[in-house]
Amino acid sequence: MRQGLSARTLVVFGRYGVVFALVLLFAFGALRYDNFLGVFNLLTFLRYNSMFALVGLGMAFTIMTGGIDLSVGAVVALGSVVSAMASPYGLWAGLLAGVAAGLVVGVINGLVIVRLNIMPFIATLALMLAARGTALLFAGNQSVPVSYDSGFMSIGTDDLFGFPIPAWIALGAYAAGSVLLNFTSFGRIVLAIGGNEDATRLMGLPADRVKFLVYVLSGVLAGIAGVILAAQFGAGQPIEGNGWELFAISAVVVGGTLLTGGEGSVGTTLAGVLLLGLIFNILNFENGLGWISLSAYWQSVIRGLFLLGVVVLQAKLAAQGRTRTA
Amino acid sequence: MSEQALSRRTVDIRSLLARHGALIALLVLVAGNMALTPHFLSWQTMSVNLTQVTTIIIVAVGMTLVIATGGIDLSVGALMAIAGAFAPLIFEGKLFPVPSVLAGVGIAFVLPVLIAGLCGWFNGYLITHFRIQPMIATLVLFTAGRGVAQVMTNGNLQAFRMPAFQVIGLGKVFGVPVQVILMILIVWAAAWTMRRTRFGREVLAVGGNQRAARLAGVPVDHTIRRVYIISGLCSGIAGLIVISINSSADANVVGLGSEFDAIAAVTVGGTRLSGGVASMTGTVIGALIIQIVRYMLLANGVPDSAAMVVKAGLIILAVALQTQGQRA
Repeated sequence: MRQGLSARTLVVFGRYGVVFALVLLFAFGALRYDNFLGVFNLLTFLRYNSMFALVGLGMAFTIMTGGIDLSVGAVVALGSVVSAMASPYGLWAGLLAGVAAGLVVGVINGLVIVRLNIMPFIATLALMLAARGTALLFAGNQSVPVSYDSGFMSIGTDDLFGFPIPAWIALGAYAAGSVLLNFTSFGRIVLAIGGNEDATRLMGLPADRVKFLVYVLSGVLAGIAGVILAAQFGAGQPIEGNGWELFAISAVVVGGTLLTGGEGSVGTTLAGVLLLGLIFNILNFENGLGWISLSAYWQSVIRGLFLLGVVVLQAKLAAQGRTRTA
Repeated sequence: MSEQALSRRTVDIRSLLARHGALIALLVLVAGNMALTPHFLSWQTMSVNLTQVTTIIIVAVGMTLVIATGGIDLSVGALMAIAGAFAPLIFEGKLFPVPSVLAGVGIAFVLPVLIAGLCGWFNGYLITHFRIQPMIATLVLFTAGRGVAQVMTNGNLQAFRMPAFQVIGLGKVFGVPVQVILMILIVWAAAWTMRRTRFGREVLAVGGNQRAARLAGVPVDHTIRRVYIISGLCSGIAGLIVISINSSADANVVGLGSEFDAIAAVTVGGTRLSGGVASMTGTVIGALIIQIVRYMLLANGVPDSAAMVVKAGLIILAVALQTQGQRA
């Protein structure tokens, strides 16, 4: 029946399907809309989605260990508030403050998970509340304006070599993340923990330390995303970032990383983030054409349907893989 | 010999803390509040606390069943929004003509809850038919469900005044709010089901060891689908209560974050996320603890944002105590 599809094609499709889909959707946009390939659209798209890319990268690492980080959305908010408060002292002060906020939350996450032995889902759920509360507390329940003349905003709004700075940051993070995952013992231990944590421990590998560091990494990346948020929109926003954690999880899953851990890729995570972002972009263009008029609310419906399609497809591929090996 | 007895006693205290820690904490909280917070035992305070916690408890009842099977339901908040968006559309006759106001209200009580139940069935179908992990399967409706509610109402707030419908959120019987009575009935029914019926035992069997349950002839898939349907129905009812209290349905806000509130209540109440255990009284106690702590802080002038941080600490403390108790 389906013998025509070789096992190899299935594997390739399972892993790189998201890249194919991204290319297809991009080609669709390029052919259908006049200004889709315009510099303005592409750069705005990258500038905005770099924040999701950073959060998604951290999420991918936690998921690869078989964990999860639900606190990232709140950390983005906290990072944006803290960096906005530090912004009068310049770009670096703002950046450092945001990173420090993410670092603190990440360290607490890691300690609670590793030392108290609490499931990542619950630990990071609690830290989500704590980080959100702290952000609101610092900000006094309102948005915190950033300083316009200290040069802080350039980290969100300026370009470097014709490419938005946030996109450079995200690109650098993904390059580093890819090296970390594929060429270091850290990366191998990350995947080993996700595959079988007990076995990893019995082999004498520092499972606890790596798990701890993964949550620190996720926190720091979310903190940087918060800095970019504050710089891009001119304010630290304590109520922003709601639901980002679930968006990031969707992106990671769409990118083909299994939620059970032990498998995953940095590059396809980026493709997953871009794919989900592109849906919104294309929806905007489609509205611009005037044939249909879909409100922004359709965005989440379409994203949900998309997630549905991807997970059902993955489940079917996995089922085929099982019968093949059986 | 005596040493052994001593160590057994310390273990007993530990397991006692782990098993009844939530109840002890609740009693300590109530006692502390009676001493510190003025008017804590007044009828009004109790009524405020109870009405605020009702919807969380109703959602958490369904969530307890889901978690007992080793699953999780992230879609509950979105399903509340869907039910909340449907009800006014129905009793105002915007969806289809209704014969009379009262008939419209009757349908508005039933149909939205059934729709939420149908969404729950869909969650269960994804999980059992495609073998998708519960968290991802319910993430689909978490994302799309609120979107559907927003699209249906164009994201607008639907304000209404419909006393016959709002009985569910504002009515009182002998001074007791109708929603509290409803909540007690739901909790009682769920606790009875878990203790007295075959279905209850099957839920625990599935959560304890799914493969063993399957081999023992438990209809695993059927059971899983049913708990998600129940969770959907509970969310639907909670959604109706919320919009009745607010006299308006706002698809952007109804049920926002409820999934996390419910999960927090369930875990603080001692139901493990790994499944196989379900404590309805625990869930109620967990929700009450979170509510009373929040009220205590607010009544004593601590801002809501700081209360969130305290709530976070509370969740970690409760779960840490439970894991300690399990190890002992």
